[in-house]
Amino acid sequence: MKVRGARAEGPSAWMVVPALVFFVTFAVVPLLGVLFLSFTHWNGLGAITWAGLESWRTALTDSVTLNALIVTVKIMVYSLVVQVPISLLLGVFTAGNQRYRAVLAVLYFVPLLLSSAAVAIAFKALLDPNFGMGPGLHIPVLAQNWLGSADLVLFVVIFVIAWQFVPFHTLIYQGGVRQIPASFYEAAQIDGAGRIQQFFHITLPQLKYTIITSSTLMVLGSLAYFDLIFVLTAGGPGYATRLLPLHMYLTGFRANDMGAASALGVILVVIGLGLALVLQRLGGNSRSASQLEGA
Amino acid sequence: MKMRTTTSLISAVSAITLALSLSACGSSGPQDPAADSASPTMWALTGSSEKIFRSSVETWNEEHADDTINQEFFANDAYKTKVRTAVGAGEGPTFIYGWGGGVLKSYVDAGHVSDLDDFLAENPEVKDRYIPSVLENGVIDGKTYALPNNNMQPIVLYYNKEVFEKIGAEPPKTWDDLMALVPKFNDAGIAPFSLAGQSKWPNLMWLEYLVDRIGGPEVFRAILDGEENAWSDPAVIEALTKIQDLVDAGGFVNGFSSIAADAGADSALLYTDKAAMMLHGGWVYQNLKNDAPEFVESGEVGFTTFPSVEGGEGDPANIVGNPANMWSLSSTASDEQKESALNYLKDGLFSEEYTQAMIDSGAVPAVNGIEDQLAASDDKDFVQFVYGLAQDAPSFQLSWDQALSPAQGDAMLANLDQIFIGEITPEEFAENMNATLGK
Repeated sequence: MKVRGARAEGPSAWMVVPALVFFVTFAVVPLLGVLFLSFTHWNGLGAITWAGLESWRTALTDSVTLNALIVTVKIMVYSLVVQVPISLLLGVFTAGNQRYRAVLAVLYFVPLLLSSAAVAIAFKALLDPNFGMGPGLHIPVLAQNWLGSADLVLFVVIFVIAWQFVPFHTLIYQGGVRQIPASFYEAAQIDGAGRIQQFFHITLPQLKYTIITSSTLMVLGSLAYFDLIFVLTAGGPGYATRLLPLHMYLTGFRANDMGAASALGVILVVIGLGLALVLQRLGGNSRSASQLEGA
Repeated sequence: MKMRTTTSLISAVSAITLALSLSACGSSGPQDPAADSASPTMWALTGSSEKIFRSSVETWNEEHADDTINQEFFANDAYKTKVRTAVGAGEGPTFIYGWGGGVLKSYVDAGHVSDLDDFLAENPEVKDRYIPSVLENGVIDGKTYALPNNNMQPIVLYYNKEVFEKIGAEPPKTWDDLMALVPKFNDAGIAPFSLAGQSKWPNLMWLEYLVDRIGGPEVFRAILDGEENAWSDPAVIEALTKIQDLVDAGGFVNGFSSIAADAGADSALLYTDKAAMMLHGGWVYQNLKNDAPEFVESGEVGFTTFPSVEGGEGDPANIVGNPANMWSLSSTASDEQKESALNYLKDGLFSEEYTQAMIDSGAVPAVNGIEDQLAASDDKDFVQFVYGLAQDAPSFQLSWDQALSPAQGDAMLANLDQIFIGEITPEEFAENMNATLGK
């Protein structure tokens, strides 16, 4: 218990005000609007009429919604499984100081500079079974029905997502690794620890919070994947890649059912909020404390 | 204590912000309202008729300094979403490009488009310009809300004459002919049909024609009217079964469900001799003239009607497709904008140069009395064929995804996609679609 009147360390609570104003205007108000719309009928053009729980019933009983949820979870899990190890290792690698690594690092980060739409269009062209890279390079095995087969398409999507986002997470890990004091490694070397041992006993534990931050962004990001998949597959074939945000968009703007789309939007917010809180919990309450104390 | 509350407040806010930034995606900013300007705005589509729309408005603006039109172009799928959002917000363009059917009806129901009856009564020559069955497409509840602005676009069967000669075959007249051609082309290493399955709507052309040939136009009429279990009609089931038979027999090009129509990859298969046939809209001829002029000029491109189905009730002269695209006028436009817009509809649209430019592009304008111009065209085989089709057709069914309500259209395309890749059976398709009737 602190003595009343004593200044708590850290910035004043008033500094949150500008952010809070923006947050209320651009997040809370629209969210309340969406919540209201989810209890109405609206085709985007005519009058908005009260519908009670009907839009919720439409959204929740529709088998496409359940399928979209499953697709979303699959993409989220596979993205984590694929992206965390790759970006962690690349981050550790690029954190080194040798000159050639800097050149390689620049190459790794190129996908980060491209817009999702451009990435999707490029991959769509490359994966075309008749005019893409398979027939172009005369490698028949590359001429698969990549985007048209319900079995393959999900893996293609996960690959393209990883291709686009691994550089970003690599950057985060690179920063995390560079924060680790060199004295740790020097001490370990004196104790005779090899590179592998150093990685598992120093680098990995020191990166705990970096891993949590990066994973939070990946998990929440996978709830928001939209542009890339919309351009790459439009949710097809069938409903194979129609994940929740895309399902929400198509329900609202293709099928013109704003009520059900709003209900889906609310569901997305609830899931996102729940996941964000769980991941913050995982970080522990002491996450703002320095890991480097005593270093 | 105070410190703890502040941090947890901040962390709660940041968690909510993270979560909410998700819900922010997909909302597009508002359009510049052009309502304060006196000149009408026009939104049109890129692609086959773009050049004609562009030069028409340029000419018009040069000659009518007081009535200039601001024109913008959009890609097809993006436009459909954008225009609806803008019109719903009362910020749509003065000239709304459309297809008629269910979407036009939803604009009319919400009071967003002007009725053109008075204008047509004052200017009978405008009304007389059009082929009645095409003009009919812009009529909702007895009032005209849209006027055709380009060409008639029935779906036709394109084929590559050279590869037909190579294997010594004739274009199919019946469904059995068509099925018999499939192994012949496959043996020769040529895909029988090109299809842009990823775009989904090209799949629909097969269903529309098969249902019409098997059961006649009444089957779709019942679906449109929302009759109970209308999708379970035996003609629909048989059509879907035939589609799956054709897929199983290897009728469509390898990887067809990865091919998108917007880049023209499906037409490219036809003119690079990789595929023998393609069922597609009349607009493809215009695109072929642009993309593969030597293919068109050498006369290698063939075109015919969709084959008949043995024992089918539908008239083989029936056609499906888009009677024409249309201009509607926004009801929220200012009086000056409306006046200028009506002037353009009267004197600019389908002026002599406009009609001629359209014919020169390989398209058939939806207007009367152009037989001589068609006969003089470089593409007279094709344009006369299309004109004849449209004139003689007992039924010219608007594409189903435009005729049905958007909710039904979206479900139909997704379910049909699953039929093509063999994920569901025709019965499951009918069941899924019956659930959307009346939506």
